[in-house]
Amino acid sequence: MDATAVQAVFQDKIEQDLKIEPKDPMPDRYRAHLIRQISQHAHSEVIGMQPEGNWITRAPSLRAKQILLAKIQDEGGHGLYLYSTAETLGISREEMIEQLQTGKAKYSNIFNYPALTWADIGAIGWLVDGAAIVNQVALQRTSYGPYARAMFRICKEESFHQRQGYEIMANMMKGTTEQREMAQDAMNRWWWPALMMFGPHDKDSAHSGDAFKWRIKRKTNDELRQKFIDKTVQQAEVIGLTIPDPDLKWNETKQGYDHGEINWEEFKRVINGNGPCNKQRMEHHIRYHEEGAWVREAAAAYHEKFPTD
Amino acid sequence: MANDTQLALWEVFIQSKSGGHHVHAGSVHASDYKMALQNARDVYTRRNEGSSIWVAPSSCFSASGPEEAEMFFDPAEDKLYRHPTFYTMPEGAKQI
Ligand SMILES: [Fe+2]
Ligand SMILES: [Fe+2]
Repeated sequence: MDATAVQAVFQDKIEQDLKIEPKDPMPDRYRAHLIRQISQHAHSEVIGMQPEGNWITRAPSLRAKQILLAKIQDEGGHGLYLYSTAETLGISREEMIEQLQTGKAKYSNIFNYPALTWADIGAIGWLVDGAAIVNQVALQRTSYGPYARAMFRICKEESFHQRQGYEIMANMMKGTTEQREMAQDAMNRWWWPALMMFGPHDKDSAHSGDAFKWRIKRKTNDELRQKFIDKTVQQAEVIGLTIPDPDLKWNETKQGYDHGEINWEEFKRVINGNGPCNKQRMEHHIRYHEEGAWVREAAAAYHEKFPTD
Repeated sequence: MANDTQLALWEVFIQSKSGGHHVHAGSVHASDYKMALQNARDVYTRRNEGSSIWVAPSSCFSASGPEEAEMFFDPAEDKLYRHPTFYTMPEGAKQI
């Protein structure tokens, strides 16, 4: 099939709202777009384990520790579902890891911020997973079949992530003055980066034209961000937290909140490698990848020796 | 990193309750079937999703492609007599 025929068959399926499956004809740019998006999504899940992993040994109770371990294990699982999904498009796991470690592939900017106190674990679950859920629910309707299926599985698991985070915040807000201050401080530090997770405003969004034409994306960055804000403001009020945005106010006409200016300069600075933890995140990933090499080599050697085991 | 291996790809099928079908759940990487089974357990059944797991190397699968779809599946379209609704039953006949 030549490129024009591929394009015609493909766009026809898209218009009919049918899913594209790995063996279906697809334009090279659709494939490349998905590989970029899905592998970066996978890297985000994996790198996202680091700020939380930092608190496993310091969780304030056995219950909290079990929950945090289970949550982080889920994130590792999400990374694996997504790597497999990207592999159906013809990129290998080795290539993806190399792209991550050489900086060619990015991961979500949010994980370049540190988890400073236990309240940060609450804020991450509530706000960061909360924002991720809004994104991922929308992606359940994405046009690439394996990606949509991975999103269903992930969304089923995510709701506990957000609830455990909100529970931490709610408990801290019922605690001492210091604990309440700690919760508010975490809220202040995570709110804006969480809003940035939805990406640039629609008017400045570079890749979105194709993503809509190909139905990879169905809702714009600003629509998703709005959804997240509208849900979260009420949740903050219930437990007595203040949203750190003096310009936030209810807009009766649009039946949603207006929010203040997002600091995109900071976003650019962090995504270009100058956030508080970029270097640390990558060093950690490379270090454990390299320290684990002997395990993979031994497993491969064993299989070579006993192929039928 | 030059000759790094992420091990072979395996396909995972999960039966959620005994008596049901094994349904494709996704894939894992592993060096052998034991590791594939363990990884599949960890990755796909953390919430009681399974009562049994099958794994098989992805390289052992053949899949029909969109090129074959017409040849494979269209012949079934005009064979309505394979469905019970094709037949006219005599008025008044019961339990058939
Ligand atoms: Fe996740
Ligand atoms: Fe999560």
